[in-house]
This record gives sequence, structure tokens and C-alpha cells, in this order.
Amino acid sequence: MRKTISYAKWGYIFLIPFVLIYTIFSLVPLLETFGFSFLDYTVSQGSVSSIRGGGEDTIINNGFCGLANYIKVMKSDGIFNMSFRSTVVLWLVGFIPQIVISLLLASWFTDIRLKLKAQGFFKTVMYMPNVIMASALSVLFFSLFTKSGAIDDLLGGPDLLKNEWGARGVVGFINFLMWYGNTTIMLMAAMMGIDTSLYEAAQIDGANPSQVFWQITMPLIKPILAYVFVTSMIGGLQMYDVPYLIGGTQGNPNGVLKTLVSQIQLGKNSSVGAVSALSIIVFIVSAVLGFITLKIMDDQSIKTRYGKKKKK
Amino acid sequence: MAQIKKILAGALALCMAGSVLTACGGDKEGDTGSTGGSESKTEDAKGGSEGGNEEKKEDTKEETKPADTASLVNTGKVYNVYCWNTEFKERFEKYYEGAKDTALWDGVTINWVINPNEGNNYQTKLDEAIKKQSSAADDEKVDLFLVEADYAMKYVNSDACLDVIGEIGITKDDLKDQYKYTQDVMTDSNGTLKGLSWQATPGLFLYNAEYAKEVLGTDDPDEVQAQISDWTKFGEVAQKMKDKGIFMVSGYDDTYRCFSNNVSGPWVTDGKITIDPQIKAWADQTKEYSDKGYNNGTSLWDPAWTAGQKIDGKVFGYFFSTWGIPFTLLPNTLDKSADEGGEMAEGNGGYGKWRACKGPQSYFWGGTWIVGCFGSDNVAITRDVMLKLTCDADIMAQITENEQDYTNNKAAIKKLIDGGYTNPFLGGQNHLVLLSDAAEQIDLTGKVSAYDQGCNEEFQGAMKDYFQGTVTYDEALAKFKTNITTKYGDLTMD
Repeated sequence: MRKTISYAKWGYIFLIPFVLIYTIFSLVPLLETFGFSFLDYTVSQGSVSSIRGGGEDTIINNGFCGLANYIKVMKSDGIFNMSFRSTVVLWLVGFIPQIVISLLLASWFTDIRLKLKAQGFFKTVMYMPNVIMASALSVLFFSLFTKSGAIDDLLGGPDLLKNEWGARGVVGFINFLMWYGNTTIMLMAAMMGIDTSLYEAAQIDGANPSQVFWQITMPLIKPILAYVFVTSMIGGLQMYDVPYLIGGTQGNPNGVLKTLVSQIQLGKNSSVGAVSALSIIVFIVSAVLGFITLKIMDDQSIKTRYGKKKKK
Repeated sequence: MAQIKKILAGALALCMAGSVLTACGGDKEGDTGSTGGSESKTEDAKGGSEGGNEEKKEDTKEETKPADTASLVNTGKVYNVYCWNTEFKERFEKYYEGAKDTALWDGVTINWVINPNEGNNYQTKLDEAIKKQSSAADDEKVDLFLVEADYAMKYVNSDACLDVIGEIGITKDDLKDQYKYTQDVMTDSNGTLKGLSWQATPGLFLYNAEYAKEVLGTDDPDEVQAQISDWTKFGEVAQKMKDKGIFMVSGYDDTYRCFSNNVSGPWVTDGKITIDPQIKAWADQTKEYSDKGYNNGTSLWDPAWTAGQKIDGKVFGYFFSTWGIPFTLLPNTLDKSADEGGEMAEGNGGYGKWRACKGPQSYFWGGTWIVGCFGSDNVAITRDVMLKLTCDADIMAQITENEQDYTNNKAAIKKLIDGGYTNPFLGGQNHLVLLSDAAEQIDLTGKVSAYDQGCNEEFQGAMKDYFQGTVTYDEALAKFKTNITTKYGDLTMD
């Protein structure tokens, strides 16, 4: 006879809808993409599939081709090389200011001595840009900064979007604007989770604010910081809508706005094999970078130090 | 020979019959399944387009028998039209609604499916719809779709289009006043006509009369034409304009069509992309103009390009095809748009202050064709639309007179010219004479391929960096190569 009732099966039953939907819409396509990346598979864009029967199909599938797609994508003038650097630079241009400002704001808002008023209002305001669609923001910024746009005229017509760093700056700023609020709120949550007695103790010991920040806050929010890093990096590698709307299909100027996903979007209707390989490479790169970040952030010494302290 | 033909025709007719079975009986047209010589020609033409590699059969170009108009299907309740902007919709609503055969439209509603053209988006959406044509619900089948010169070939070579004569039932006589080139573009290698257009699209150089007077001392179209009659002279005028702070053309792509429509071969032959000397010439010239400051560094359709079309926009002229006047230049140059109650008269922005001349090189740009889609359940309506909007001389004349569009009907145009046509937008100039001269010279034979839209867009995009001086021509070309072979995975380029 069973002594206890197991509720575990209910957990699994409630998980079924998610697992089913995930399998059908994510896992199967993912595996399929993996399969496509080893096929010499293209779709002709110069013809239409026959609807009267008997005609040629637009799909040209020459079967398994080994790593040919990967080699083609990775070689010096391949689509990975052309856009990986641009993508990473674009991400950093937005991410660096984002993390700096977010840390600063979060530490001000959680500072026990400052006790800022109207926190709810500021949090809402900061989060607001994230509510607007990326495409809406991009189109707005495009019309402001493009030649003869409002800001362009105001600045005397520097035509920023034709300058490599200008265009990167605008895209980076949009990404920054959209995500700093989100990051700030996440970091605030992490900081508010820190035991205030640590701060009080530091004050009594005469630590200045920067010491408090670097010695207490930073080490203790590392897990959340790692989470922010990894999610932002994955989002950054998959950046598409903002640079596309600012730089068009070519990602002008000089392709600096052409991201990895832009390449996938460009080729998805025709070069199926090649862009599948690119998708898989993006997947692997994200996985590796995410793993490295987590390894670096997972500082055992801190955990054990505080863990021991608590036990005492 | 006659025997081989018979066997071939028979075999193809068999294929056709077989395909009817496999296509779930999607073929509702009245011209299949009959016997006899003249019908087998229709079969021949259709079968041949599927067979692909049949040799061009001159003899099938004899009269295809028009479909019996009484037997055209008209069972659908929704008439689906695929297009990429509102140009055709506006024509349709203004000129077709009043003239339509109401009996055919009894209980039928129209559904406009509009997908933007850029980046092959429209083609992709249309291809998906065509692919689903035989399995789609009756009210979701594509009935009519529009194609543009840049990719018309793709659809002409497919079997998705209804034969205008054999399946839609338009007669040769209905088509007699159309420009031949507009039909040549839409005719496949078997001589089957697949689509019709309401417009012919010869190009002109539209210039700002005030700047012409200021810099060249005259705004008379003949005298201006004499000063820009070839590219050398065009460049000299550009220098004069520059000295006065005026850009000769707005951006990089403005002169593109002058070159790209005079190429010696298409972008793509046998799956290989080639850069025609004319395309290279465009790149060279535009680089020179950019370095010398003859253009304002804009790209087509962007806000600064549009802004230059104001009468004080500091741009001397634009290369425009016929549709460019009503669809682009006219609305852009007005200070107060028609929707805001602006008057179509002199005094409203640049109205009446533009003039047209032939320009340094004759060319054409664009052109929209309407095509009936195979599997449509409203073929009778398609016939009515084609007759009214592409063949009816009175409606054609009205469109030209009211909308500045150049319609595809020689009789209508001649009537207007003979009737002393003047265009108030062009300050009373009769630009139809210029256009009808240019239209006669258009010949697209051997100049178009199914991939032109992607090639044009990617090439212009890649060259932009070259014009701005950030990369060399070779670097820009290498970028074009990678982009175009990604976009069209089935093509190669040296």
C-alpha cells in the first residue's frame, strides 16, 4: 500500500500543452533546419510552381552535400563572415551603455541612504519604450535621422545614417532605449534581494559608496547579471528588425547594419541549405558564448564565502 | 513534319488531359476535351509551356481560337486581386466601377490583397498563393494578379496565367490598338499571350521649368532637349546647375533605367548573372556625378528624393516613366494635396511648372500587367476587367486625360493628340507626342529575365557604398555577388 499520494503526475499532465506546442512549432523545425543544413537545397525564385500539373517544381534538391553549406557560409566572403562582426558590434554599441546606465539607475533606486521618491513613476517611465514595438521606434528614428529628417536638419544635415558609426549609433541607441528599463528593473530586483544589514555593516565600517557597490552589490547580483548578459547576447545575435528598418535589405552603409538574421531573411526563400547552415552556426555560437558567460560569472569563491558566513 | 506535329500535339493533349485529372478537376475552362485540329493548337500551346524544352513552334502562332465567352466560369463570390500598391485599385474604382458588367458582379465582392513590392515580398506572397491555388477554398483562389516588368517573365514562363485569348476570350480585334511591346513581354515562347496592360511606359526627363529659365535661359522643351540630348551635354548642363547650387538629378538611381533598359542582354542567362556594360556604365557615370556633386545623394523613394520634387527642391529634373507623373511627381510637388482640398491648378506648389523632354537616352521604366490566374472561378469578370480597363478606347482616353497616365491604346492617344491635347500640369505642353514617339521604340526582347527585380535592387543597394566613397567598385561588386547569390540560391556569378 502506498503511504503518500503522488501529485507528480499532475505536473506532467499540465506540462503537456507546452511540450506539444514546443515540439510542433519549435523542436521539429529546429531539427528540420539541422537536416536542411546538410542538403544542397535551393528554391528557384525565377519560376512559379506549376499549378496545371506536369510542370517543373521550383525546389532544387540535390540531396546530401556534407559540410559544403557550412564551408560556403564560413569562408572569407561567405555570409557568416560578412555579418558576424557587424552583428556583435551593433549589439555592443547598444549593450554597453545599457548595462552601465542600468546598473547606475538600479543602485540609485535601491540605495538605502538616497531613498528616492516616486519610484513607481520612474520605473514605469523607464519601462515605457519597451512597450512600443521595435518597428515603430525604428521607423520613427529613421524619419528623424534620415537625410532631411527633423533631427538631421536640426544638426545641419550630417546625414548620420550614411556614416558607419552614425548608423550603428542610431541602432544602438534604439536598442538601448528599448531595453535599459527592463534591465534596470531586473537589476533592482536583484539588488533589493541583498540583505540590507550588509550595507549597514559596510557603512559602520566606513566604506564609501563605490566600495559598497563594487564589494557588495556587484558580487551579489552576479547570477542576475549573468542572466542579463546571456539573454541580451542571444537577443543581440538575433537582432533583425531595427537594423533592417534603418538600413534596408542591404544593411547600408557598407553592410554594417546587415546582421546574421538579415542574411537568413535574405536567403530564406531561395538558398535554403546555406541559410539553414547559418542558422545552425548562430545557434552554436549563442550556445558557446552563453556557456562561457555562465562559467565566468559562476564565481564559486563568493558563493562559498557567503554560504559559510551564513552557517556561522 | 506534319505527322510529327500531330503526334506531338496528341501527346501533349494527353498530358493535358492527365493533368486535368491530377489537378483535382481544377480546370473549369470550356476549351478542353474537345477534338479537332484547331483545339489541339490551344492544347499544344498550353502543354508546351509545361514541357519546358519544346522548340519554339512558329506554326502555333496562327490564330488561337478565342474561348467561348458564354461558357466562362463565374461561380465565385469573392474576386481576389493580388497587387502591390493602390495604383490599379484607384483606376479600378474610378474607371471600372462605373462601366462594369453588373450582371457578372451580381453578389460578387472584391477583395484586394496588397503586399509591398520591395525585396521580392510581393512575389513571395503571390507565389505562395498560386501554389495553394488548386487546394484553396473557392473564395480564396487568386482571380487576378498584377505583375511588373522586372519579374513578368517569371509568370509568363509559368503555367499560372490564363491564356488571354484561348481561356479568357479576348479577341485579337480587341487588342489591335495596344502597343505591341506590351503584348510581346507577356507572350511566352509558344506565342500564348498571358496578360494585358492599361499603360505603356516610355520614359521622359521631367524638369523644373523655373530652374531651366534661371540657368539655361529657356524653359522651352525643344531647346532644353537640345542642350541635354546626349550624356556629354547632360553632364555640361549638370555643371552649370551645380554652379547655381542646383542638383542635376536627385540621387544615384535616377538615371539607372536609362542604362538598364538599353542593355545588350538580360541580367540572367542560363542561371548565370552577368553585369552588362550598360550597367557598369551607369555605375561609372553615377560615381562621377556623385564625386562632382551633380546629385543630392538620395535613393529612390526616400524622403529627400521626394522633397526634391517640390518646385524649390533644388533638383533640376527627374527621369520618370509615364506613371511617374500621376503617381509620384504630381502628388509630391503639390503644396496642398488633393485630399486636403488642394486645387489642381497653377499656384498649388509645382503644378504647371514642370516640363517634359526626351532626355539623353530613350528608355522605359516599369509597367504593370494584369493577369488572370489559372483556377480562378470568376474568369468572366476577368474578361470584363481586361476589356474595360485595357481595351476600351473611351476609358483609356479618359484615364490619360484625367490622370496623366499614358494608356496602352494608340487610337485613344491619337484621338487626344488630334483633339489638341494639352497638359496643364506641364504648363500646357502636349507631352503625349513625345511619349508616343518613345513608346514605338520600346523593345524588350532579350532584355528581361525573371530575376530582374532582385538584381536591380541589390545592385543599386551595393553600389550606394561605392558612390559614397566608402568602398571601391570591386568591393561593392563582391558584396553584390554574395547578396544576390544568397537571395537567388539557384544562380551563380563569376
